[in-house]
Amino acid sequence: MAEKGKTREFKWQRKHLLGLRELTAEEITYLLDTAQGFEEISARAVKKAPPLRGKLVVNLFFEDSTRTRNSFALAANRLSADVVEFTKKDSSVSKGETLLDTARNLEAMGIDIVVIRHNAGGAPTLLSKYINACVVNAGDGFCEHPTQGLLDVFTIRKRKGSLKGLKIAIVGDISHSRVARSDMWAMTKLGAEVTFVGPPTLIPPKVDQLPVKVSYSLDDVIEKVDVINMLRIQFERLGGNPFPSVREYSHYFGLTVERMKRAKPDILVMHPGPINRGLEIESEVADGKNSVILQQVTNGVTVRMATLFLVNQAAAGKPAEIQNG
Amino acid sequence: MGDELLIKNGHVIDPANKINRKCDVLIADEKFVEVGHVKKPVANVIDATGKLVVPGLIDIHVHFREPGDEEEETIASGSAAAVAGGFTSVVCMPNTTPPIEDETDVEYVHRKARKARKTHVYTMGAITKGREGIELAEMGFMAQAGAVGFTDDGNGVQDVSVMLRALKYAQMFNVVIAQHCQDDKLAGKGVMNAGYYSTILGLPGLDPLAEEAMLWRDIQLVKKIKAGTVRYHAQHISTAGSVELIRAAKKQGLPVTCEATPHHLLLTEKCCAEYDTNYKVNPPLRTQKDIEALKEAIADGLVDALVTDHAPHLQSEKELEFLAAPFGLIGMECALPLYIKALIEPGILDWPGLIRLMTEKPAKIIGVDKGTMTKGRQADVTIIDPNAEYKIDVSAFRSKSKNCPYNGWSVKGRVETTIVGGEIRFSHE
Repeated sequence: MAEKGKTREFKWQRKHLLGLRELTAEEITYLLDTAQGFEEISARAVKKAPPLRGKLVVNLFFEDSTRTRNSFALAANRLSADVVEFTKKDSSVSKGETLLDTARNLEAMGIDIVVIRHNAGGAPTLLSKYINACVVNAGDGFCEHPTQGLLDVFTIRKRKGSLKGLKIAIVGDISHSRVARSDMWAMTKLGAEVTFVGPPTLIPPKVDQLPVKVSYSLDDVIEKVDVINMLRIQFERLGGNPFPSVREYSHYFGLTVERMKRAKPDILVMHPGPINRGLEIESEVADGKNSVILQQVTNGVTVRMATLFLVNQAAAGKPAEIQNG
Repeated sequence: MGDELLIKNGHVIDPANKINRKCDVLIADEKFVEVGHVKKPVANVIDATGKLVVPGLIDIHVHFREPGDEEEETIASGSAAAVAGGFTSVVCMPNTTPPIEDETDVEYVHRKARKARKTHVYTMGAITKGREGIELAEMGFMAQAGAVGFTDDGNGVQDVSVMLRALKYAQMFNVVIAQHCQDDKLAGKGVMNAGYYSTILGLPGLDPLAEEAMLWRDIQLVKKIKAGTVRYHAQHISTAGSVELIRAAKKQGLPVTCEATPHHLLLTEKCCAEYDTNYKVNPPLRTQKDIEALKEAIADGLVDALVTDHAPHLQSEKELEFLAAPFGLIGMECALPLYIKALIEPGILDWPGLIRLMTEKPAKIIGVDKGTMTKGRQADVTIIDPNAEYKIDVSAFRSKSKNCPYNGWSVKGRVETTIVGGEIRFSHE
């Protein structure tokens, strides 16, 4: 955290956003503050500001994504950047062009920022070592999804004022969730207490060495938490048979109306989307008064604007300052 | 007498003959003639003052990629790298493309090695056809052609009934069955040790249990057929749990041996934190606790051979995502100084102890008359400057591949001269 009494001497230095693990609380807070400054642009009649005019952003997506890809495109557009969509489904592993060759080709086209989603943990890190453009991680395997983590803490901060002392549960397939990991880093760095909730078969190794608690029982946790983030069951990532049936999973880990009755009245219900209605969350809860799921989507654009803005400023060698209004 | 060569004034270490003192080594007609104080005048003399003179080093676990992946390594380039690392004998693993699975394949390796004329190249044959773990390969014919053991290395033999059959059948030829212990179901799609780092890096983990479960299973098989001449060798063991299994098996007097690599003694899973694929290796780099257990095992005499698992890969393959890059790292040309760093410098082994695990003991595992300076044996010698200090320079390696994580490491101990069959095959300039 920033030292008390110290005014904004902080300068954003990172030209890449690879993950939240390596960010300090001060950096995260600075990015969130920057995002807050950008909220106003999205509220304008003409939703545009000029800071990335003439810059080229490439959406390099090796995995299916609609929400995140569009959110990044929208964020880039609002800052007046040009966006090229580059979707290469299933081309990631050892056949055809390698990731680095793809990246070098893109760079030869004069890109400024690559937004990459890839099924391999560490792919953005690899990219950042070999190209000059800024690299923004839009999800790598089950390692990190930093802008999701940022939009989650942004959403919580907006509603609760601060994360300090909040109790947060993240529920579902922790093993294969990049959202769980990015959330964990961001939330704990900002002072929240995080509990991973899921069946033991979906909890990763050595979780005891992470700054979180673990529970196998949503019923034990539901009453205590201020925020609950329900992860999507990603059938495409599940190996083998980590739980016997969807029915049994929902019974133990679904956020039902029944369970919500025992929750704090002001609990925030979050979900990174897309929702499997009736599986990890009942429709009535997803659409209910405690749900901030759609605010998360709105805030996603804002946080991604701040991300693109800051990495670009860092690459240009200019100190990034919040441009308010 | 034909060509004579005298190595004078070196400190000779020949553990099998309990020699550990300053003396001379006389070689004639490609064989050892005398180890002692040689008075007679000899035309060819190597002055080994201040150097260690040891039986030629033996590495029973290398991948020379030929046939199939000659872009990565050939038997010729691998042999050149071997003698530069002080190795006068190596054992190639049969996981080439196609694999070494019949006698013509074995003869092919030998022919290429003779042509290279650097180091002695032995090969193991595949345990099963196509290394698929289903049907036994022709072990008899391969053994006759000179295969020094059998392994499906790269794969473990998954089917317990096939493994039992292999161990039983191999007794006919008194050859070792070597296993890359890994239960594929438990291993899943793992690419690094399952632990804290795999969790935060978001990479699928290889559970230590995948190694230990198969090793435990194999030891039960060996126990069952103990009465015969079965010989089982656990390749590149990497976990504290494996050490305990080996300890228990040896305590029971079972015919079980094992080997270790430099990387499992010097590097941990933490090395993978930057997604550098030069640290992607199978078995994966484990934890400090595993390193301590392996070192303790070596100190206790439980490890029978120090190997390299030299596994060359192209830069273009290693420049892939950690998930997609192939497993393996190279190490023949820096193995000796790395073992000095891992084992001699911290006092785990003395020099005779180290040399024994790089000569006499591995020779026994593969059943060849090597690894000693006994009179009449083929004269393979490695001369070492134990005090030379330098930095490892991967760009100077003879290996065709450069996938080595030790570049720039400061080390002590250098191979000065490598003599194979009485002929100098490598000299440090």
